[in-house]
Amino acid sequence: FYLTPPQVNSILKANEYSFKVPEFDGKNVSSVLGFDSNQLPANAPIEDRRSAATCLQTRGMLLGVFDGHAGCACAQAVSERLFYYIAVSLLPHETLLEIENAVESGRALLPILQWHKHPNDYFSKEASKLYFNSLRTYWQELIDLNSGETTDVKEALINAFKRLDNDISLEAQVGDPNSFLNYLVLRVAFSGATACVAHVDGVDLHVANTGDSRAMLGVQEEDGSWSAVNLSYDHNAQNEHEVERVKMEHPKSEGKSLVKQDRLLGLLMPFRAFGDVKFKWSIELQKRVVESGPDQLNDNEYTKFIPPNYHTPPYLTAEPEVIHHKLRPQDKFLVLATDGLWETMHRQDVARIVGEYLTGVHHQQPIAVGGYKVTLGQMHGLLTERRARISSVFEDQNAATHLIRHAVGNNEFGTVDHERLSKMLSLPEELARMYRDDITIIVVQFNSHVVGACQNEE
Amino acid sequence: AARMFLRLLSDVRWRAANPRWRRMTCSRRSTSSTAEPHPVSLPAQAQVVICGGGIMGTSVAYHLSKLGWKDIVLLEQGRLAAGTTRFCAGIVSTARPVAIELKMADYSNKLYQQLEQETGIKTGYMKTGSISLAQTQDRLISLKRIASSLNVMGIPCEIITPKQVAQLHPLINIHDLVGAMYVPGDALVSSADVSLALATAASWNGVQIHERTSVSHVLVQKGRVTGVETDRGHISCQYFVNCAGQWAYELGLSGEEHVSIPVHACEHFYLLTYPLKEPLASSIPTIVDPDGRIYIRNWQGGILSGGFEKNPKPLFTEGRNQLEIQNLQEDWDHFEPLLSALLRRMPGLEALQIMQLVNCPETFTPDMRCIMGESPTVRGYFVLTGMNSAGISYGGGAGKLLAEWMVNGYPSENVWPLDLKRFGTLQSSRTFLRHRVMEVMPLICDLKVPRWDFQTGRQLRTSPLYDRLDAQGARWMEKHGFERVKYFVPPGKDLLDLDQSKTFYKPDWFDIVGSEVKCCKEAVCVIDMSSFTKFEISSTGDQALESLQYLFSNDLDVPVGHVVHTGMLNEKGGYENDCSIARLNKRSFFMISPTDQQVHCWSWLKNRLPSDSNLTMEDVTWKYTALNLIGPRAVDVLSELSYAPITPEHFPSLFCKEMSVGYANGIRVMSITHTGEPGFMLYIPIEYALHVYNEVMNMGQKYGIRNAGYYALRSLRIEKFFAFWGQDLDAFTTPMECGREFQVKLEKEMEFIGQEALLEQKQNGVYKRFTMFILEDHDTDMDLWPWWGEPIFRNGRYVGKTTSSAYSYTLERHVCLGFVQHFDEKTGEELVVTTDFINHGEYEIDIAGQRFQAKAKLYPFSSLFTHRRRKDEKDEMELSGYQGE
Repeated sequence: FYLTPPQVNSILKANEYSFKVPEFDGKNVSSVLGFDSNQLPANAPIEDRRSAATCLQTRGMLLGVFDGHAGCACAQAVSERLFYYIAVSLLPHETLLEIENAVESGRALLPILQWHKHPNDYFSKEASKLYFNSLRTYWQELIDLNSGETTDVKEALINAFKRLDNDISLEAQVGDPNSFLNYLVLRVAFSGATACVAHVDGVDLHVANTGDSRAMLGVQEEDGSWSAVNLSYDHNAQNEHEVERVKMEHPKSEGKSLVKQDRLLGLLMPFRAFGDVKFKWSIELQKRVVESGPDQLNDNEYTKFIPPNYHTPPYLTAEPEVIHHKLRPQDKFLVLATDGLWETMHRQDVARIVGEYLTGVHHQQPIAVGGYKVTLGQMHGLLTERRARISSVFEDQNAATHLIRHAVGNNEFGTVDHERLSKMLSLPEELARMYRDDITIIVVQFNSHVVGACQNEE
Repeated sequence: AARMFLRLLSDVRWRAANPRWRRMTCSRRSTSSTAEPHPVSLPAQAQVVICGGGIMGTSVAYHLSKLGWKDIVLLEQGRLAAGTTRFCAGIVSTARPVAIELKMADYSNKLYQQLEQETGIKTGYMKTGSISLAQTQDRLISLKRIASSLNVMGIPCEIITPKQVAQLHPLINIHDLVGAMYVPGDALVSSADVSLALATAASWNGVQIHERTSVSHVLVQKGRVTGVETDRGHISCQYFVNCAGQWAYELGLSGEEHVSIPVHACEHFYLLTYPLKEPLASSIPTIVDPDGRIYIRNWQGGILSGGFEKNPKPLFTEGRNQLEIQNLQEDWDHFEPLLSALLRRMPGLEALQIMQLVNCPETFTPDMRCIMGESPTVRGYFVLTGMNSAGISYGGGAGKLLAEWMVNGYPSENVWPLDLKRFGTLQSSRTFLRHRVMEVMPLICDLKVPRWDFQTGRQLRTSPLYDRLDAQGARWMEKHGFERVKYFVPPGKDLLDLDQSKTFYKPDWFDIVGSEVKCCKEAVCVIDMSSFTKFEISSTGDQALESLQYLFSNDLDVPVGHVVHTGMLNEKGGYENDCSIARLNKRSFFMISPTDQQVHCWSWLKNRLPSDSNLTMEDVTWKYTALNLIGPRAVDVLSELSYAPITPEHFPSLFCKEMSVGYANGIRVMSITHTGEPGFMLYIPIEYALHVYNEVMNMGQKYGIRNAGYYALRSLRIEKFFAFWGQDLDAFTTPMECGREFQVKLEKEMEFIGQEALLEQKQNGVYKRFTMFILEDHDTDMDLWPWWGEPIFRNGRYVGKTTSSAYSYTLERHVCLGFVQHFDEKTGEELVVTTDFINHGEYEIDIAGQRFQAKAKLYPFSSLFTHRRRKDEKDEMELSGYQGE
């Protein structure tokens, strides 16, 4: 079975999405030029989710990737809800009051987020009322708490993550009279999702990460080469600090059973996640909820199964680690991606491929000799280099697609091998997951001019 | 007038003295700098108005004034020689594959050489010679073919080894070369200065030159030019010459009466460098590396190198007009493949410093040949443009031919390959032109093997049977926009293989065509020949017959139902057209001509038929589908389908009857096949075409019928010594010269065009004779195949060239047709060619430098074929035919 290049392209491009920050008066005043995103499923249906939105009541842009496990319900819910929690956490007291008053008196609500969605990225209509009520409760509490201090982004991100996870847990415990919703909130709680979210506002870049997705900054060195800077820590067994943290939180007696085969309690790869109440609730709570829950839940072996050596829950948290980075002109782009990408590619290669792609696409200015002294040989070298760059970039208009093409199709020499690409993409559904994971990528491109200007102001 | 002339002259001199005009400068001249007042106002009238002050316009003006026409006005919208002429590379190269182009280039070279002496204006003429490189054996073959034709023209030329190349040009990397062609007489000029010198000489002869004057449109009355409208006023004139280069198309469409001039511009790039450390000698030969798609010449001690890339950039498709070619961008990324080729050819140039990449648009035509001649729709409207980036090479010769054409009514050479009338409005679609020139520009460097076809702009005109034939394996070629079958690939043959049949040797369709020929000889074949041009001429009284008797050389006053083969001759007795005319009834005639005669023949007849409302001529080409049933069993198929007696007693050769075929009525059946084989042409109203075709194929099954294509037809007609117009016959060939006196009504002493010339030839003899050659020691499998244009040698001396050739499956030999001349051994003077002269000589045909013995014949092998015929059939042969390939 063989896929032609156009067939390969149609598969790779099915989920690609690009957003360019609109210009005002021919000027883009945002530090973000735009972003490209894409997903390639391995699971059917895909368990990864992505979100991107512009905050309308505060400045800044939110971008995130979510890697679900044990189903996609939790990742879906987080992808819909988390940015609202973050946005609300960032809102000043007056705005929160204004919003609350509007809801109270039935007036039109101030829009909080402008979403940038691919047609395949959907929101659940049935749960929106439920989700809204939980969110409203959150901001009412924030209004009551009114600390009077200006909101710290890092704190806001942590609060939002924790609050959402808490709400997911509570909603499952309380249940819902509507049987569909009741089952939905339970599926959300019993499945899990990691989240890696970036908040960009001017030169301030915050990355909040829970789990093993990753954020990476692409930096162009003075000599034009590309290097990668990590803006998140993976929460898994490979991270010593993370293993240490888990061990600190539980009695020494559990030391050996906590991490087995590089998994939490021998079961879970990420050490932090949304949902996954099986690793958070007490055994009694789990049993009660499952028993009183709908039949589908009861029939599910996974939900009924209690992890071994389950003594001192919770074992899992959704609390993110937040890294703050001040953007510099040499910081050209940010890559957010689920572990499907990082399993196959080294970050250094990711930086190089995306960097060369972006400069190739956007900086392929026509050459003019003008008054310069250029020899035929120099010109020839320059032109052949430009041509080589164009030919590999030629097929993709989207940096995320380009990266996926490399991630799936790279041969041992680091170049895309069409035959390999064709094979990997034509794997039957049941085999695909054995050779690759779901891949979700967002590539955010920064506006170096704006970044440079902001830097000078400060 | 004399005062005016002096002022103009000083104007030209001023420019000639301005250093910016002296040579190609590296920075484009700004137009704002010199807005000098117009020296004189426009005259109210002139005999000739020429539009365009490039090399073409100035050359036409120069030659017209030399021929004695003085009342000429040349208008240039910008400045003289400021367009493509100014920016072009200035290479005068005679190495051209088409004979007429070769002659034009040779004349140009000689003209430019003496121009400086004639005018006192420095033209930068430098005889450097040129070397055309071959990276492959096939390329070397094509160079050898050109070398053969250059040599017999008396132009020095030799095929040299790579080592000799290195001796002639020290910078060249010769490692990938297999050989080269050296033409020592080729030259370099400063093209703008040549143009200015021509303009200066013309103005001395009285030609008025006005710059910054643009023609808005041409005025036409009753199909004749009456004047031009310009932005500076009106000029009445009898003749208008459109030399507007890339703007010729737009200008042609600007008036009320449209003149279709199918040209389109593409961007063309070349590079200029600073001088080498050791500046190149000014005599260093120009290098043409067609496999690398580049040319390289010396330019002020550095180099000038450009080329013809595979992916050209057409421009001005939407017809944007602008005064001069300005501000076209350099595109280095586009130039990269050519730069790579340059550095591969001359690796030592790496350190050479770039001065500029020049973007100079060039004008291209749909068939890679330039366009000249009179408009078929507007008399007095002449055109010279579309030089396919060889404007400097052709400029002198083309201007001379056009001037002769205007002054004498005809040029001194056969220019049909360049005649505007080879095109019609069908080649004037902007989309067609845009797509076609993108193919034509790379073709300039591509290897052209026998029987190559254009790939773009296809499937424009098709027969209603196109899809049916295509589904049966038809392979197509195109003529005048019409798709015609070459041959049918039998089921099961490897198709990919056949598409790569591009070779100078035996092609892979050899056996396929062989079996089609065999079927024509032994059973019956059907060939779709719908592309033929078909006219109907009729009148209320005898006007049609009377007019046609004057216009055609054969006697058309034949009984109704007869078909006559006849020439349409010019005053010199030459063939303007060769056709078959059926007398449908007393007052109407059905005329069949070659495909590409549609425009030329129509305008020739229109201009000569009396404007009598009782006499009508209609182009019915599109109304009929033509099927040629060839073979001994054609008669059986047709009689079963028509229930009419069509045995030779009832339906002898050269007859035409309207009859029914299957259910369809009104089919014009003619007992001719254009090959000398027995059979019939069926002219079918198009709505019946599919029905008749199906009936013929079904009925023919039991007689072994099959489809055939034009390659089979060509083999059949050439082995029967049938000449056809456009290839063997042209306006410079008379019936006397090709053994067709029997097709001329000389004895009847009825007046017709060309009669006088023919009578004179009959008395004095002919100076060339159409002859058939059978190659003797030619190995079909191993040797290069003849094509056309191969020199013919008699007793070791050059006597002429072949005009067409084909493999005869019957003779199992190659047959070439061509003309033999008789040059005096001492003076080179042309002498009368007698039958004796033809018959007593040892002949050789030169194919790419290799000579093959050939047997000359003046009559076909009738005996060889007759025994294959059925006994009851008389030995009748049509002695005419044309396929219009």
